[in-house]
Amino acid sequence: MAEFLSYFRQDRLPHIWCPGCGNGTVTGALVRAIDKLGLDKNNIVVVSGIGCSSRAVGYLDFDTLHTTHGRAIAFATGVKLARPRLKVIVITGDGDSAAIGGNHFIHAARRNIDITTIIINNNIYGMTSGQASPMTPHGMLGTTAPYGNVEYNFDLCELAKAAGATYVARATTYHYVLLEDLIAKAIMHKGFSVVEALSQCPTYFGRKNKIGGAVDTLNWIKDQTINVKAAAALPPEKREGKILIGELHSIEKAEFTQQYLEVIAKVQRANPSYARNKGVPGCELNSD
Amino acid sequence: MVEKVRLMQGNEACTMAAIAAGLEFYAGYPITPSTEIAEMCSEELPKVGGKFIQMEDEIGSISACIGASLTGAKAMTATSGPGFSLMQEAIGYASLCEIPLVIIDVQRVGPSTGMPTSPAQGDVMQARWGTHGDHPIIALAPGNVKECYELTFRAFELSEKYRVPVIVLTDEVIGHMREKVVLPDPGSYKIPMRAMPQNPAGYKPYAADPNGGVPLMAPFGMGYRWHCTGLFHDENGAPSSKPAVASVLMRRLNLKVENRADDLADYFAEGLEDCDLAVVSFGSSAMAALSAVRRARSEGYKVGMFRPKTIWPFPTATVRRLLAPAKRILVPEMNLGQLALEIERAAGCERPVIRLGKVNGELFHPDEVFAAIKEAL
Repeated sequence: MAEFLSYFRQDRLPHIWCPGCGNGTVTGALVRAIDKLGLDKNNIVVVSGIGCSSRAVGYLDFDTLHTTHGRAIAFATGVKLARPRLKVIVITGDGDSAAIGGNHFIHAARRNIDITTIIINNNIYGMTSGQASPMTPHGMLGTTAPYGNVEYNFDLCELAKAAGATYVARATTYHYVLLEDLIAKAIMHKGFSVVEALSQCPTYFGRKNKIGGAVDTLNWIKDQTINVKAAAALPPEKREGKILIGELHSIEKAEFTQQYLEVIAKVQRANPSYARNKGVPGCELNSD
Repeated sequence: MVEKVRLMQGNEACTMAAIAAGLEFYAGYPITPSTEIAEMCSEELPKVGGKFIQMEDEIGSISACIGASLTGAKAMTATSGPGFSLMQEAIGYASLCEIPLVIIDVQRVGPSTGMPTSPAQGDVMQARWGTHGDHPIIALAPGNVKECYELTFRAFELSEKYRVPVIVLTDEVIGHMREKVVLPDPGSYKIPMRAMPQNPAGYKPYAADPNGGVPLMAPFGMGYRWHCTGLFHDENGAPSSKPAVASVLMRRLNLKVENRADDLADYFAEGLEDCDLAVVSFGSSAMAALSAVRRARSEGYKVGMFRPKTIWPFPTATVRRLLAPAKRILVPEMNLGQLALEIERAAGCERPVIRLGKVNGELFHPDEVFAAIKEAL
């Protein structure tokens, strides 16, 4: 445990999350994945939006960027395109990525830009105390769905895949080892990678829906999931209504920033006189 | 010194100046009458090793620019009314987090989709107060194509120096008009540079003189590992809800620009010393206004001209001083009196300020301003 504390800004702890919240579990999985991969802290930028999950970046000892609601992926796109050598990781929530930030999410996937997006999906808006989100299941309760949610939720992994993401995986805070492993794979994947982490919000989602406390809500999530490998061996009726976890999609496809660098190289070869002499002052230190 | 003379559009001049100032990153979304800037950046930036991206909307565009700027890249976006409205939240973010950034707003008729894409100057107040909360902002208004070049370059200097988003407020006429521009020799000017810290040890991302000081900005990816947040933050960048922290931050942030209002003042003035009537106008309206003022002078009327190139921070003391001789002030502008409000505040106590607003998508004709001058006298 103690060795992972070096990845945190310990002077900013304790965190603001409620007892039993899953955000810490996902943040822990991210840190352990980074540790396992042996990545240089100085080359990682972690970007987030607004919401409970987005507060994670404030506690992490990297260059961190806590942005506006829904825009984390757009800010991250600027960081990554300006400095392709950096590892750019987005931590976002279901409201942040699937509602207000949905457009940036699908377009980043379409571009296949090398950003890893970890969506902590707790089925609710936690920071504003329990409103229904695009990931609140049909019929379930939120403070803005007092008679049961009449809307349907997304399958975020199918959405990401359809939009062009080249690595898509799902795990839960219950399946912690799997979550850590999938985050590590997503970080090493060249292209837009998405890990949806199903997570418990006992304070609002669990309580409002009378599921119970943190452990009950965690079990409620676990009981709905089935590993994609196990599912393959099951007849369709046994897979009905289950949420698949594991690595759901992984393909190789040319990545956006690398293709852009190739364009620069091509244009500069054709016009050698254009290349700015020795780059822009002040930027040599950070150029690539 | 080799000078290149070129006939170019205002939008082209803005782009050329940005590249001369070291533009490294452009993110934008198509919108008339600003689109030429995006098109030209897409073609020119790869030549100098810079990056261009067409984002999914204007919110994404300015957000990507902020991300790029945080890595040390000089970043710019360009847009017009509807897109400028969408950018407002992120302008507030850049103001609070002190992210250098240049935004070219080629104004068109509004509100809403308006009358695409006739000229207007209706974004004066949006440039100042478009985002929520008190915040610092700088806005520069070129009056011709040559100034599109000069003021865009200046926008980068100011943005990098004071860590504040700078808006270049042009309009459809200035943006699309072609004029002669003398391009400076690349060795003849100093490329604006951001002051950077020297050592990650003990780096405090927001430590600065509380009386309007500018903190040193470390680029991401250089080992400083700092936290940038749109929450109010202390000098370490840590979020804080303490009234004392909020107070120090907000005062420093706003004083950063307010304290320098008259140093930042840039303007054109002619014949104000002995004038009975001062005409105040900016951007493309000022072209018709100056023509009318000179005609009035030649016919013996005591009329002077004041054209602010720095709109925000508003050069209150300069305006008060220069307009002191005038008995009346006439303000032609392509809106219903946005600049006039500031003129009233700065110099309106002792003399009437006459508004000459136009919002029908047409430019002012010099005769129209001349007639208003005669009536005002």
